[in-house]
Amino acid sequence: MPETFPIRSRTFNLAGENIDTDQIIPARFLTTTSRTGLGRFAFHDWRFDASGSPRPGSPLSGFDASGASILVAGRNFGCGSSREHAPWALLDYGFRAVISCEIADIFRSNAARNGLLPIVAPEAAHQWLLDNPGAEVEIDLEATRVHISGGPGFDFDIEPFARHCLLSGNDPMGYLLDQADEIRQFEEAAA
Amino acid sequence: MSPRSLFDKIWDAHIVRAETPDTPATMYVDLHLVHEVTSPQAFAELEDRGLKVRRPDRTLATIDHSTPTLPFKAGSPPPYATDAAAAQVETLYANTARHGIELNGWESEHRGVVHVIGPELGATQPGMTIVCGDSHTATHGAFGALAFGIGTTEVGHVLATQCLLQRKPKSMRVHVTGRPGPNTSAKDIILAIIAKIGVDGGTGHVIEYSGEAITALDMEGRMTLCNMSIEAGARAGLVAPDEKTVAFLDGRKRTPQGAEWDQAVARWRELYTDEGAHFDSEVVVDVEGLRPMITWGTAPDTAIALNDAVPAYRNDSDRKAADYMRVAAGETVSGQKVNRVFIGSCTNSRISDLRAAANIMRGRAISPGVTALVVPGSVWVKAQAEEEGLDKVFKAAGAEWREAGCSMCIAMNGDKGAPGELIVSTSNRNFEGRQGPGVRTMLASPAVAAASAVTGRVTDPAKLKEAEYA
Ligand code: SF4
Repeated sequence: MPETFPIRSRTFNLAGENIDTDQIIPARFLTTTSRTGLGRFAFHDWRFDASGSPRPGSPLSGFDASGASILVAGRNFGCGSSREHAPWALLDYGFRAVISCEIADIFRSNAARNGLLPIVAPEAAHQWLLDNPGAEVEIDLEATRVHISGGPGFDFDIEPFARHCLLSGNDPMGYLLDQADEIRQFEEAAA
Repeated sequence: MSPRSLFDKIWDAHIVRAETPDTPATMYVDLHLVHEVTSPQAFAELEDRGLKVRRPDRTLATIDHSTPTLPFKAGSPPPYATDAAAAQVETLYANTARHGIELNGWESEHRGVVHVIGPELGATQPGMTIVCGDSHTATHGAFGALAFGIGTTEVGHVLATQCLLQRKPKSMRVHVTGRPGPNTSAKDIILAIIAKIGVDGGTGHVIEYSGEAITALDMEGRMTLCNMSIEAGARAGLVAPDEKTVAFLDGRKRTPQGAEWDQAVARWRELYTDEGAHFDSEVVVDVEGLRPMITWGTAPDTAIALNDAVPAYRNDSDRKAADYMRVAAGETVSGQKVNRVFIGSCTNSRISDLRAAANIMRGRAISPGVTALVVPGSVWVKAQAEEEGLDKVFKAAGAEWREAGCSMCIAMNGDKGAPGELIVSTSNRNFEGRQGPGVRTMLASPAVAAASAVTGRVTDPAKLKEAEYA
């Protein structure tokens, strides 16, 4: 998991709407029992043809994780299946944040939980980013603010507990395990 | 107390620790469904932390996504597509054995698609909270349960604590009026709803479906309906339980018996939305005279009546989708040449779906050059279909009658189409490449899929009859 915030990077654009988790990582790569090393399958069928050769003109060609690790995507990014393999693959491929004007529910919570920041931008800022690929952006998780060099910055919402866990390294599993007594009482009352 | 929706009632009854501005609610989970694809990393995390599964008795597992549907001899190894698929299934066997979880594996008469077996076992019950590492968990909402998909990290949370950290979603009522026309089913209704509200129309919401068109559906139809709630972006979809719900559950393996049954039914009768309950949004959809639907694009909200023309493109994504699907605005998809037909998936693989398909195929042959796969949702559905002789109808028509599983819905078990092929599919997702790289998928009901198999063209079942009697 990436450890350092804020994130400062250039953006990489995938403008299509409704980019679903089957595009992010096709289902046939889900026969894994591990959560690591999935970057090679990220957007696999956009990057490679049926014989496994790189596709010329793939929407991902020119992606360079070292310089542009913030993905700007079209509306309703991450729709479809609940596979957590999608954020695992994007992180391993080199993305650290996704900005869109709308991000699908399950993907959004899966992403936040893994440290891939899901940022919902106002329409105008989103459009500006789509119109200006390679923009220089800083995502300040502490202040929940996005700064765009030469463009319209904005505040964003992130579930406060997810944000707290990311910033403090706290662990939701531990938080739940600490509620063992309350859970037992709930079970006894319901029985 | 102020009036509450069905969703409010279920939510309130499952809160272990209330939501605060800083922390989500801790929500208790009554039933946790587990399959081989989204659970291995969660079990591994329990292992790493030295944790046990808190409530194996509230956990129910099966194998469905990676499993082959080709028949094989008892005692010989299943013909897995890859070693990785075999290893994934074996991992679930090991994990469930270690933690004392019921696994409906190869030897079980209730092995099958996770969302088919929950209701069939009577494990799915009104008023429950049900989760699974699978977005189509919404299917179980047909019984008036709050059921939704979760990620693998959350699968680990539920295994270890039987709880989930959740902010309360918003609520939406989709009120469906009117009587659909001939040759339609719940599939056509949900496709019409998604076409109306859009693939993101339900984002952040739990949908309650109500209205005469919904109460008229049988339980299997309601499962088809709730199943595709996620295709409108919703977390969950549900329908208030009624006499049909009770009758469906009566006598199933995991439903309460005797006096406990009576108490359960009394509780279920309290599960309805109070007059005047608040919804964050409300939509009315009229399905009076609805005609069979089909999708033309690569998102589920591109559904149109089968004989209507593809509408003008709304944006670039629509244009790209039309190019991919090799269709064009202003033209109908009816009559397009079909390569394969898939009848199956958690949307449409129950007995009523197979009957609908068999009714079309009975006494007819599928078109030469079309491969039709009929994949029952569970071993139990398969047995029932065979008892009714439906397997013979399919085989006589030239279709393949397979073993239970997800199969070509997700194409990760080896069942898939070839690049460029057009598949009319009863599943729930027409995403690019969902049924194999480069494959074009059109979503439709079992009746439309079967009619299209017979003619080799995208076909309205009504047209099929006209053609023969003409
Ligand atoms: S049948 Fe398809 S949608 Fe349903 S659980 Fe299996 S893969 Fe998912």
